[in-house]
Amino acid sequence: MATLAMPAQADGEVNIYSYRQPDLIKPLLDAFTEKTGVTTNVLFLDKGLEEKIEAEGANSPADLIFTVDIGRLSNAKAKGITQAVENETVNANIPAQYRDSEGHWFGLTTRGRVVYASKDRVEQDTITYEELADPKWKGKICIRSGQHVYNLALFASMVAHHGEAEAEKWLTGLKNNLARKPDGNDRAQAKAIFAGECDLGIGNTYYVGLMQNNEKEPEQKDWANAMKVLFPNSGDRGTHVNISGMALAKHSPNKDNALKLMEFLASPEGQEIYAEQVFEYPIAPGSEASDIVKGFGEIKPDTLPLEEIAKNRKTASELVDKTGFQDGPAS
Amino acid sequence: MSAESAPVFALAETAPPALRERYLGATLAAGLIAAVVLLPIAVVVGIALSGSGEDWPHLVSNVLPQSTGTTFVLLAMVAAGSASIGVTSAWLVVAYDFPLRRVLAWALVLPLAVPPYLAAYAFGEFFLFTGPVQTLWRALFGFQTARDYWFPDIRSTTGAAIVLSSVLFPYVYLTVRVVFIMQGRNIADVARTLGASPSRVLFKILLPVARPAIIAGTALVLMETLNDIGAVEYLGVRTLTFSVFTTWLNRGSLEGAAQIAMVMLVIVLGLLWAERWARRHRRFHGARSTHMKAHPPRVRLRGVRAGLATVAVVAPVLTGFGVPAYVFAGYASRRLEQLAEPALFDAFLTSVVTAGSAAVVTVLAALALVNATRLSRSAAVGALARLASSGYAMPGTILGLGLLFSLSRIDNVVDALAREHLGFSTGLLFTGSAAAVVLACSVRFLALAEGAIHSGLEKLPPHIDEAARSLGHAPGATARKVLIPLLKPALFTAAVLVFVDTVKELSATILLRPFGFSTLATHVYENASRGVVEDGALAALLIILTALVPVVLLSRALMRDAEATL
Repeated sequence: MATLAMPAQADGEVNIYSYRQPDLIKPLLDAFTEKTGVTTNVLFLDKGLEEKIEAEGANSPADLIFTVDIGRLSNAKAKGITQAVENETVNANIPAQYRDSEGHWFGLTTRGRVVYASKDRVEQDTITYEELADPKWKGKICIRSGQHVYNLALFASMVAHHGEAEAEKWLTGLKNNLARKPDGNDRAQAKAIFAGECDLGIGNTYYVGLMQNNEKEPEQKDWANAMKVLFPNSGDRGTHVNISGMALAKHSPNKDNALKLMEFLASPEGQEIYAEQVFEYPIAPGSEASDIVKGFGEIKPDTLPLEEIAKNRKTASELVDKTGFQDGPAS
Repeated sequence: MSAESAPVFALAETAPPALRERYLGATLAAGLIAAVVLLPIAVVVGIALSGSGEDWPHLVSNVLPQSTGTTFVLLAMVAAGSASIGVTSAWLVVAYDFPLRRVLAWALVLPLAVPPYLAAYAFGEFFLFTGPVQTLWRALFGFQTARDYWFPDIRSTTGAAIVLSSVLFPYVYLTVRVVFIMQGRNIADVARTLGASPSRVLFKILLPVARPAIIAGTALVLMETLNDIGAVEYLGVRTLTFSVFTTWLNRGSLEGAAQIAMVMLVIVLGLLWAERWARRHRRFHGARSTHMKAHPPRVRLRGVRAGLATVAVVAPVLTGFGVPAYVFAGYASRRLEQLAEPALFDAFLTSVVTAGSAAVVTVLAALALVNATRLSRSAAVGALARLASSGYAMPGTILGLGLLFSLSRIDNVVDALAREHLGFSTGLLFTGSAAAVVLACSVRFLALAEGAIHSGLEKLPPHIDEAARSLGHAPGATARKVLIPLLKPALFTAAVLVFVDTVKELSATILLRPFGFSTLATHVYENASRGVVEDGALAALLIILTALVPVVLLSRALMRDAEATL
């Protein structure tokens, strides 16, 4: 039975350990296989990916690491399970701000952490993250768990910009404005806006695209249509973005194929397939976002280096505990 | 230790040297099994000790008081909920006759087939603001927004307790029903003929008799509760398990996470101790040999009381099984084309093979453990057996990590030796194959199998193996020829419990699985983790169905067993 088989390490393969769900990257990998004849194996994990590679040591079958958050990439580098890559094609396609300075990781796509706003109940078309702590939004904001990596990265960027004390004050203000306890995923925030539970939600751009195109559960189109996407701080420093990215495993057994896949993913061709499938922003110059994503408007990404955000994640996570953010609004 | 079981042990103490050697074998087997279970736990303890404790100021001031408090509140609520549902339903189906009783008697086991994480999701869909219940509520009363009315929030500690009790109460129901049937009714019938009212019989006679079974079943429920991460995470309830993951993943402190896991381990050892303590006077033997052929009939309920009894028993079945099945069937019905996908079939097959293997391995190990404790009265063996049950204590991911670090170490040493002396690479024998997953499930669920076999053994009258032994059979032969055939129902129960839990298992599986290894649970999880649980609905239903078949078989077997003894 195939399922009990040993991992293949034969020629013509590349093994991916992924924080990214297999379904999301499949079209991309299929295109790669079609082009190069190299087959791909994906192992999805959402906890302990770095530990697994570390434990497997020199025998690890992992070639490439895919992640959805900058924190994981810097963690992988810190654990010493990655190796530096000096590849012209990759470097030419991925702008420096989305690359590790020593070549241990590369961003592939970005997604904005934006504000979903009710079309009916919210009049303004611009907003800032800072403003979310303004008492005028009391009882009107929905958000997923404060300990989720997407929110931690956003909170970490607030710590980086304003310092820990200011960030704590802001987080307390945001907590007091919540309509309910932080819960659900980003899509649930849109659903809550549609249902009238809250007026503002915080979520990633790509969920909107996924909902607008959901043929199986068509009511999700209604959720997406009940809201508009606001890009916070587009008037000043820009909207907080996180990346999905990749790194080459230290003991990669199929290094040549892994590099081939890296080059493909960084190429405008690969980037556009990715962007089309997951509604994220491609980052190679010249590659375009999908029409749906373009429909949200222009994003101006915050230029804060991602390494700064990774550095402040722990503080952000502690602030979430400290402010009792998870308990929701005080009253 | 009750008086009537003494002779067999007296015999053991005066056994000739040849027999003692056999005990040694049994003890060694128990030691080996305990070592395998303790290996990953020792690794986690090692990780915990390697930590500097730099996370503790934060944990102590901002995390632990709250999450320990929440954990205990949750445990208390789940204990109360599952015990009262389990005992009430067992009492109703055993003592009374009412419409649908026969069907309901086995249907009460169905919620066992629903993993808590799926139940939490389904309850969320069903009871949250946008679900059918509140939508109907708003339509009825003309409310517009959430601010217009109050509705209990499922995303709360109470909500989590309701979800967990709804799917876990069958552990109590199963253990308590057996006691009620095997012993309670005989006593109860006598009491009733002497004029005691049914409720007086329940409180004065049945409950005290069933107390050990209630505690044993509840202990299992609580260990599952302590282990759960999926349901509490979805419902936003910050338990210790939740803190383990936040500390590890968001603050990058595996050491701090392992230290919190140690706190949990202490709680579970306490639960295990309570369970053993409760069982210490538990002796049910005699039921098989002294059963009455002409037993008095159940009290037949009529009218309103019959209706109430039916409702009281239907309600937990509908909540624990009906709601999840309804929610997932709805999604699945719009995705029937997935049935043609080889991936789904492959995941199904993998789940069945993995769960089957884990069931066989675990039951054999549990049998060896139980046999060793039965033969040898030494405190050391008893302690080993207790420790071997502690795998159930660890959150699946933490246990998985412990196994990952230890097995991969073994893999790499074996590989290095093979390269050096044999000239070829063995690769990752355990962590590169499904063996690690099977082992993880066996380690985790050994306590379940051990508990089931242990109580099965206690129901056998000791004079059975005394007879075999006095006829010249050695302990090993006694076990093979007499005990194991008699234990078949208990072994079957043990195998089913492990099978069902392995089908539902997620966290250790996802960490330890190799490439291409996908179970129904990981399939559901992959969809859930990108926010489209509905795309995993068919796999979720398949999990429920895969777990359902053995659960129904088990329930029916228990019924037959019970009818035969009465």
